[in-house]
Parts: sequence; C-alpha cells; structure tokens
Amino acid sequence: MTIATVAEPSGRAAARLFAVRQASDVAPPLVAFLGAVAVWEVVVRAFGLKQFILPGPLAIAAAWQANLPVLVSATAYTLGEILGGLLMGVVAGVLAGGVTARFARVRGSLLPFAIAANSVPIIAFAPIFNNWFGVDSQVSKAMIAAVLVFFPVMISTVRGLLAVDPAALELMRSYAAPERKVLRSVRVPNAVPFVFTSLRVATTLATIGAIVAEYFAAPRGSLGQYIATQSAFLAFDRSWAAIVFAAAIGIGLYLLVVGLERVVSPWAAARGGAT
Amino acid sequence: MTASSTPWSPGSPGGPDDAVVRLSGVSMVFGGDSGAGRRVEALRDIDLSVGRAEFVSLIGPSGCGKSTLLRIVGDLIAPSAGTVTVNDKPARRARLDRDYGMVFQAPVLFDWRTVQKNVELPLEITGVPSRQREARAREMLELVELSDFATQRPWQLSGGMQQRVAIARALALDPSILLMDEPFGALDEMTRERMNLELHRIWARTRTTVIFVTHSIPEAVFLSTRVAVMSARPGRISKIIPIDLPRDRNVETREMERYFQLVTQVREALRAPDSDTSPETSERQDAALARARAEGPGQ
Repeated sequence: MTIATVAEPSGRAAARLFAVRQASDVAPPLVAFLGAVAVWEVVVRAFGLKQFILPGPLAIAAAWQANLPVLVSATAYTLGEILGGLLMGVVAGVLAGGVTARFARVRGSLLPFAIAANSVPIIAFAPIFNNWFGVDSQVSKAMIAAVLVFFPVMISTVRGLLAVDPAALELMRSYAAPERKVLRSVRVPNAVPFVFTSLRVATTLATIGAIVAEYFAAPRGSLGQYIATQSAFLAFDRSWAAIVFAAAIGIGLYLLVVGLERVVSPWAAARGGAT
Repeated sequence: MTASSTPWSPGSPGGPDDAVVRLSGVSMVFGGDSGAGRRVEALRDIDLSVGRAEFVSLIGPSGCGKSTLLRIVGDLIAPSAGTVTVNDKPARRARLDRDYGMVFQAPVLFDWRTVQKNVELPLEITGVPSRQREARAREMLELVELSDFATQRPWQLSGGMQQRVAIARALALDPSILLMDEPFGALDEMTRERMNLELHRIWARTRTTVIFVTHSIPEAVFLSTRVAVMSARPGRISKIIPIDLPRDRNVETREMERYFQLVTQVREALRAPDSDTSPETSERQDAALARARAEGPGQ
C-alpha cells in the first residue's frame, strides 16, 4: 500500500492522482492536466483575452512569484483558521455522534435536527459569527469552519456506530460480551471508515468556510481578503495566484486525510481497492 | 468435551438421557398481538434432546423454522412457549456461562483484526491472559489447518478458509455445544464437500456436541449421528432419522450403499405429505418470517 506522492499538488487532477498507485495510472491524468493548462494559455493568447477577464497560466505564475511572501503568510493565517475549525468541529462531531448513537432518546430528538442543520447554508452565518467572535479574529472563521464540519462528522459517526452487521452483534451476544466490549471491538472499528469519509468532506468544507467567511470581513493578511481585495482592484492574476494556494490547502488536507486513513484503517482502503 | 465417556448409540429417537440440550414443547410465534404484521407460527411444540458428542442436523424446506430453532437453543431469541435446557441450565444461563460456540452462514470475521486476532476474540471477552490467548488461537488455527494464515486479514482468504476461521473461533472457548447455521450454504459444491470432511475430522477430534442447520441432504447424512427432518407451517420435527454409518467417516463413506439408503430416507421424509410445500406459500412464509424477525422480540 504505497502512498503516491504528488510533487506539486496543483489543480484538481492531483486529488485523483493520489488514489492511483502505479506510475502508469498517474500519467494519463497528469498529461490531461498539463494539456488543459496549455490549452488555457493558448486560448488566452489566441483570443487576446484581457488580463481582467482571464489571465493566462504564465501571467498567474508571474504574479505568484512576485507576491510569494504575502501569499505565503496569508496562506499560513488562513490555514490556522481551517485547522482550528477542523479540530473543534471533528472533536465535537465525534463526541456528539458517540452520545447520539449511545442513547436512543437523544438520537430521536437530535438526529433529525442534525440532518436538517446539515442542509442549512451555514456560511450565511458568517457575518453574525464575525460580530460574535470579532472581525479581526481568527476565531470567528474557525468557528464557521467548525460548525460546517460538525454536522457531517456527527452524522457519519452515528451511522458508523449503528450500521453494524447484525450477525456481528449476534456473535457478540452468543459470547455474552458486555456492551463495553461490543463498543470497543465492533462499533468503534466499524465507525472508523465512516468517520474518515466525513473527514474528507470536512477538509473541503472547512477550507471553503474559512475563505468565504474572510470575504465578508477579515484582516488584509488573510487569503480570503487578499482574493477579495485584488479582485476589487481588477488584479485578477494575483487573485488567481491566491486561489492556487487555496486549492493547495484543500487538496493537501484531503491527501493528508486519505493518507491517515490508510495508516489507521488499512482494512477499509484494501477492501475498497479489492472490490 | 471429555466429561462423559459413555458412548451413545444412535437409535433411541427421543435421544439420550445425559442430554446436553433438551427442548420440550418449544413454540415460536412472531408478530400477531402487537398488530405489526401478520401472525406467523414459526415453530410448534418441538421436543428434542441432543446427547453429548452427538451431531444432530436440522433439515427442512425454507421457512420451516430450523434457523429459528437454532437461535432459540443459542438464546439469541426467546421462544414463545416451552423450555430449553442446556447442560441442565436454562439457555440464557448457558449463554452467560459461554457454553456456546456459534457459526453462521456468513463467517462474520472482523476485517480490522488479523485471522489470529479474530480467533482470539472470544478469549478476550472472557478475559483470558494474552499469552494463553495466543497459544490457544494458534492451536485452533492448527486444528483447522490455517496456521500459515494467522497474520493475514480475513478478506485475503477464500470463502471456505474464512468459514474455517469462524469454526476455529467458535471452538476457541472449548464450548460444550457448537451451533452451526448453514455454515457452508454459501460455498460451492466442491468446497462444501471438502469442508464437510474437515468438519467431521474436527468433530471427531474435539467430540463437541453439534447442532447443524442445513438444507443439503448429503451433507446432513454425511456429518450427522441423527437427522431431524422438519416441515413447515408451522415448523415442527416430522421425523428423526438415526444415521447408523460408521462413526469415522471419509471419502468412501459417500460411496457406501447405506449412505445412499439414508440419503433416500431423508429425501422421502422431506417429501412426506405434511411437509410438502408449494413454492409460493413457502416464499410468502419466508417474507413474513423475515419481517417478523426484523420487528421481533430479538434483543
């Protein structure tokens, strides 16, 4: 089970690259990605597209290089919010999921609410969270990310703990296993792949949540504000350069989760690959 | 399983006196009074005794309640009426005392454990220290001839091998009774025949008492000391056929004159008028049973 390493995780193709193991599997999407970038550059030049409509990849690369220190520090700032939000949201989601799965009464009253809340566009609360936790604070964005992450993680945890093979429960019952042991040996391991699936979604949600919340109001040195400000000045090459960083965060975190999953629950990855 | 050395001779239809399992007047009704679904009488008035080191097969058409009966013996569900005694205790007490080993149609192995760790599971539950656990699991894997696969994960094994792991696990606690619910039902015919030989060898060596649910006549005859033929609607034991083949069975057993006679005898018992089932009613019965089970008194 080798983890394919991606030299430069840029573009959506990189996310798919990770899943494949052989170099021969990596080549086609890589070629497709590079081809798309080339076509992009050619189209921009051939039609003489203005910079403020669509900058070409080379122009973006130049802006990228020219503004590197600013971009890196903005990325670090926003990454802090994302990681803080992920940590809070995932811990709270797993704990709440555990309690909800354990107590049928809690489940009856809380789960429908959680599923409904999962469909609410939580990002719409961003201005309110800014008001609560401070416009210039990383906390307000981390909180938005945390709330976004919380519901899918909680719902997946509940599902994972409850969607246990009935035969496995009968087996444990035939051994008169105490509930504690059933939880530890059956329910928790069963829930691990479910939680990881939600974690993959969570990384994307947290990234979107933090950056979009920054669009509304945030210090200049944040990725979202940088994108918003440069766009306002029609410096789209810089906006695009920042978006490359945002994409790198999203893809990087996603790959991290997939890698972690292979270490923590290799059985799920192997099973998934085999069937 | 060394307690009793007195051999029990097949032939007494009611079963032996030093029975490991005693069922009397066991009936099972699903649904009905709650208004949820149709009332299904799954079992009516079952009497059966199974002696020490016996191998009794329950065979019958789908929907005859043979699996339900096995689950009642294992205290996975409680009967509507009647008593179940295992080792002179109520079934529930026997379960809490870990007198059972169970093997289901699916192997029910945990992917997050190695083969070895899967076999150790019941020993973990009973709090056996880890060193003894490992030794015992190794011994059991040797018994089912899977020692070389101890460190593998279940999904890396074939279906037949997975079921052997499940058998090793079921035997790990040295249970006084092994309950098997169509353990080879999902295997192809060749593998099934091999597994039958294997199971016979294990049974002969461990002298565990076995109740075995199957819908394969040759399998039932080959393995059993007695075959209980069941009929459906309501499920009941219509005939008990003692299998007077030599106790040690091997490939040649399947070519013996007596073996064919017994196969025919079981087949005729299954075809007897009261167990004759038209397919669609039996299907309806199955569906109703499954529904009842899903809602049923289970846990």
